[in-house]
Amino acid sequence: MFRVVSNEEIAPLLHRMVIEAPRVAKARKPGQFVIVRCAKGGERIPLTIADDDVAAGTITLIIQAVGISTRDIVAVQAGGYLSDIAGPLGQPTEIEQLGRVVCVGGGAGTAVLFPLAKGLAQAGNELTTIIGGRSAKYVILEQELGAFSRRVFTTTEDGSAGETGFVTLPLKRILEDPEQRPGAVFAVGPVPMMKAVCNLTRQYGVRTIVSLNPIMVDGTGMCGGCRVTVGGQIKFACVDGPEFDGHQVDFNELAARQATYQELDAHGCRLDSQLAAMKKD
Amino acid sequence: MTPLPLKERMAIDRVHMLEQDPHQRACNFLEVNQGLTPELAMREAERCIECKNRPCMEGCPVGVRIPEFLRAVAEGDFESAAKILRVDNALPATTGRVCPQETQCEGVCLRGKKGQPVAIGWLERFVADWAAEHLPAEGAPAAQTGFRVAVVGSGPGGLTAAGELARMGHKVHVFEALHDTGGVLRYGIPEFRLPKAIVDREVENLRNLGVTIECNVVIGRTLTVDEVAAEFDAVFIANGAGLPMFLNIPGENYKGVYSANEYLTRVNLMGAWMDVEGGTPVAKGETVVVFGGGNVAMDSVRTAKRLGARHAICAYRRTKAEMPARIEEIAHAEEEGIEFHYLLAPLEILGDEKGWVRAVKMQRMELGEPDASGRRRPVPIPGSEFELPCQIAVVALGTTANPLLTNTTPALKLNKWKNIVVDEKQATTLEGVFAGGDIVRGGATVILAMGDGKVAAHGIDEYLKGRTPKG
Repeated sequence: MFRVVSNEEIAPLLHRMVIEAPRVAKARKPGQFVIVRCAKGGERIPLTIADDDVAAGTITLIIQAVGISTRDIVAVQAGGYLSDIAGPLGQPTEIEQLGRVVCVGGGAGTAVLFPLAKGLAQAGNELTTIIGGRSAKYVILEQELGAFSRRVFTTTEDGSAGETGFVTLPLKRILEDPEQRPGAVFAVGPVPMMKAVCNLTRQYGVRTIVSLNPIMVDGTGMCGGCRVTVGGQIKFACVDGPEFDGHQVDFNELAARQATYQELDAHGCRLDSQLAAMKKD
Repeated sequence: MTPLPLKERMAIDRVHMLEQDPHQRACNFLEVNQGLTPELAMREAERCIECKNRPCMEGCPVGVRIPEFLRAVAEGDFESAAKILRVDNALPATTGRVCPQETQCEGVCLRGKKGQPVAIGWLERFVADWAAEHLPAEGAPAAQTGFRVAVVGSGPGGLTAAGELARMGHKVHVFEALHDTGGVLRYGIPEFRLPKAIVDREVENLRNLGVTIECNVVIGRTLTVDEVAAEFDAVFIANGAGLPMFLNIPGENYKGVYSANEYLTRVNLMGAWMDVEGGTPVAKGETVVVFGGGNVAMDSVRTAKRLGARHAICAYRRTKAEMPARIEEIAHAEEEGIEFHYLLAPLEILGDEKGWVRAVKMQRMELGEPDASGRRRPVPIPGSEFELPCQIAVVALGTTANPLLTNTTPALKLNKWKNIVVDEKQATTLEGVFAGGDIVRGGATVILAMGDGKVAAHGIDEYLKGRTPKG
């Protein structure tokens, strides 16, 4: 059992939870994730570790409550317990000295971006950060990221904060200016955003790292559910990733696979009633 | 009680296992085999002719004293039989259900030379279940050595080693990566073959022996082997199977294509078959095709049937004679209406416009010359391609070595398949670190992993003698 130290809603349906997990706190590096199971019978949910406090033995998770399982997790208040936390899993971010770096976060992906950006800044890189969201309340961690970024741009689809439009707008301006062109771009967010960023950076030949969040079960390489095609080869996001060269990722396949369980009913899987009828016989 | 005269013993026919009706069980996850009654068990045990050479013991990877055990059962002394099992086999209720007895103890039983071998597996199952109901739990031994041994993985290899070491008086701490114990016994083998209540019971037995189990610790990630080795007096690595193999054919990433590991983990470990709100889902289909011919393929295709597939198809490249699955599993599958398509190999998985599987392009094969495994090699028949419509495809081709632990432990010597190299005592190239099961063998059986666990436990005990505990 893992004790929840604090739990605050930092944006609609977006929670920052600090949890006691001393072994994970000690071992984790930026870019790694944990598998969380709220209670017995629940799903195993992969969540990026946003931060740690080794002395306190805690990790910070930023969780978007989008489904039943994530809603169950964020419903656990300070003093309560989560049944299981396993990790840290995945490869840590390769933190290099790249000089100028642009970090792009979209929606809850900004939370995944945070530890990566922090690691890059600590290594002495000069950060420009772009945060996008549907509207102002979905633009998160602006202050936190601003603490170690040289500048922060924000964009919203409805214009309620920052520039109206997508993260690619400020990114394009930066890429077009040879004085500002970065050594690498790190992008984390919804698949269409990462795809758009990669399509843009490809034109300028700027290396782009993305962090993928395919469906996962065990998180240790055992099931292969998180397989993604990178450069024409099958990779397991849990052991080979979650970060990959965005220019090599098959985003269409990833988006399709992510939708598997939303589409179940449409796929002729309405067998439960048949099964019930068979059981009666 | 004096044994029956030999002639009378020879005249007894092999017992029939009571089974759930095939039509009924194809729609539920309850155990297929219902067990023997005490009378049936005693009569079956009487069939042992107590031959001089005891080939059955040789055939058992953990060396259970089978003739003594059978004699006790024949006499109705189930308690003595249970005590023999307890000493020789850490997980008798499990092995009695999942061992391939036909290639081990029963395969070499003298009675099988002419007729049917003694049903050793079923008797083991009977006695283990009897003991659970009638005997008090075994506690930790009074004399403790003061040594602390870490076991990596709570699957069959790890649990066996833990039990052996605990009985020797060592303090054992097991690290398990998943949120629950049992390894493949929990995530891999389905409820209808090995009820999870049995796994719980076997684990409880070990806890009663003083073994502690810590879940959610991924060795190689949460802690390294070096960190564990620094803290404990010895280490046994039994972290199990690794990454699932795929076919490397086009279309394998369509929705509805699963590795057998994922399919079974969703259903068994995560309980997808119970279909509870907020639980882990699994995609179902009217036609499910499973590729492979081993026990994992049988478990997958029989699971598909129970999840409601009208056509649960096992597609295998060779014929029934070459199938590596246990004979009992194949027979049970056939009874349940599993459709076996032999001499078929998949060429491509075909998808619909939304990225879901719609069919598999298959090619017919014929058997050619024997290959390195001694089995006749399947050879494609040109022009025999056809489409087999399906909604779910499950790939059950085995696994490759898990890199998580070994990648972070460079001092461990690996072979070319990235499996850990060990000596005859299961010792690795790292001092005080032993290993066994799939991480060494690259994919084997529950009982072979258990055999490794037993050998390693003795190797560790020997290694610890003459040392002082780290404290």
